[in-house]
Amino acid sequence: MQAYLELCNVGIEFNTGSGPFRALQQVNLKIAKGEFISLIGHSGCGKSTVLNIVAGLYSATEGGVILDGREIAGPGPDRAVVFQNHALLPWLSVYENVALGVQQVFRGQKTRAEMREWVEHHLELVHISHARDKRPHEISGGMKQRVGIARCLAMQPKVLLMDEPFGALDALTRAHLQDSLMEIHASLGTTVIMITHDVDEAVLLSDRIVMMSNGPAATIGEIMPVTLPRPRKRLALAEDPDFVHARQQVLQFLYDKHKFPGAAAA
Amino acid sequence: MNTLLSPTNHHDPREQRMSEILDKAANDTVNDTVQTLTKRADANPQPATAVSTPATWRYHAWTLPAQARRILRNLSLSITGVLVFVLLWQSAASHIDTSLGQFPGPAQVVSQIGNLTREYQQDQQRKADFYARQEARNAQLLSADPNAEVRIRPYTGRPTFPRQILTSLTTVAFGFALAMLVAIPLGILCGLSENLYSAVNPIIQLFKPVSPLAWLPLVTMVVSALYIAENPMFEKSFVTSAITVALCCLWPTVINTTVGVAGVDKDLINVSRVIGLPPHTHIWKIVLPSAIPLIFTGMRLSLATGWMVLIAAEMLAQNPGLGKFIWDEFQNGSSDSLSRIMVAVMVIGLIGLILDRLMLALQRRVSWDKQTVLR
Repeated sequence: MQAYLELCNVGIEFNTGSGPFRALQQVNLKIAKGEFISLIGHSGCGKSTVLNIVAGLYSATEGGVILDGREIAGPGPDRAVVFQNHALLPWLSVYENVALGVQQVFRGQKTRAEMREWVEHHLELVHISHARDKRPHEISGGMKQRVGIARCLAMQPKVLLMDEPFGALDALTRAHLQDSLMEIHASLGTTVIMITHDVDEAVLLSDRIVMMSNGPAATIGEIMPVTLPRPRKRLALAEDPDFVHARQQVLQFLYDKHKFPGAAAA
Repeated sequence: MNTLLSPTNHHDPREQRMSEILDKAANDTVNDTVQTLTKRADANPQPATAVSTPATWRYHAWTLPAQARRILRNLSLSITGVLVFVLLWQSAASHIDTSLGQFPGPAQVVSQIGNLTREYQQDQQRKADFYARQEARNAQLLSADPNAEVRIRPYTGRPTFPRQILTSLTTVAFGFALAMLVAIPLGILCGLSENLYSAVNPIIQLFKPVSPLAWLPLVTMVVSALYIAENPMFEKSFVTSAITVALCCLWPTVINTTVGVAGVDKDLINVSRVIGLPPHTHIWKIVLPSAIPLIFTGMRLSLATGWMVLIAAEMLAQNPGLGKFIWDEFQNGSSDSLSRIMVAVMVIGLIGLILDRLMLALQRRVSWDKQTVLR
């Protein structure tokens, strides 16, 4: 497999008040271009830490991450992050929130008019053009997250990193956004790493599901490919034996092989 | 009756009719009472229109929206508070005898406001006369000899009360602006860099509690030594007072700006890092907007401190503002002095209040979050 993004022996240790804390060790993962990867695991297993290392927000104590032939050092717009609580700037309108990144990334490459068109195209892509002049506090949680996704996509990242993007949304809104995300992934072919707690979501969206063992010193437990053909239809899949089987396997990993950290300790 | 007649209950048609009936009854009762009263006061019969006034007023009072009623209630409470204060002041003042006569009550203060206004008008008149005389003389000279050298001398009268208020305001504005030019950038830097904050914090904590009076002799000597100019743009006393004000009102803004900048949401900072915003854009687009509420809190505290400090500074530095007015009146020791000082006290309070409201209005304009309650 041709690796587009590669994590080699990644490990990280945090300095805490009570001495060093090893969060991750020996994380190895190869991701192909255009692949959709889900990271799943119990709370505190270091999923977010992996994502933050790929984003460059944390730097690994050992090992490294190679993206498109280059080792990453520090954060950058080629690895855009969708945050769980959307992290929109409340003092900017929807349009301005997306434009902020565009103006920075395409400085000197696009004219003003081109940038405006680019921003509007991405607002259209996530279906929020109608709210372009609204402030974040005036729109719903689902719409905020759409803006968060648009902001990332508009920076034309090599990898889209999503940290439990739909965790804070109600089930219906989440389903809508998952469908939108599948559409976008199909049309743009973006490489995506998504953290989730939701087994159905992981199976529905992913090409591979990366299941993590419990921390401390967490690592990758199993990697499960999801071979369901695309485009995937939520309703049709609900009774599809492959879907049910995949779901079953993930659940088994989470609740049988790697119980909750508390239960494991006891 | 109150609840039945309140406007919010008018949705139910039965209730509405009920309330109309009750309203009519209420109006009729009022009309009846007023008419009986008018009948009794035969010598001075009221016209019919006047009779209906209380009734309509009552009707509107019931139907006023809740907000208007709240405003009315607050207003009436404020007025009551002021009235009670004035009464207490009056009764206390009449029991205090000083070597400069009785402590001024509200009446003396009001009459002094009149005196001060008159003095100002007289001074304006003198000033106008002074210039008119000069111009007349110059015209005369020019008509006798077209090449004559003429000039107008500036008027040099004793500063009047409004003039002194103006001086105080300029001084505080100057000192405050000076302080803000240092405090806001310093606060931003301290908020961004924990190391710088650790380095600067002891100095802030050390100088924060220092009284303006302690600074003043030092500032005076430094200004006299360093501020030497042929034609100085500002008086030395003005510079001294302004710098003292600045030294005292730096701290609240520095501290609040630091806290505001250090408290920017971690996720927003990560957004900025991911986008790769350069430092100036990061500060302008992310840090400043989220720190604005606390920066303004600091600025309001600073301005209030500055205005308080100014009066003391002016007394000692002899800057011709409100502080000097009070000092001069105190030294003068006439029977009017205390009431004139009391006028100055009131004016100082009023201006302090206005300055704070102006800052609040500015904050409302600048802040992105129009929903927060600012008080």
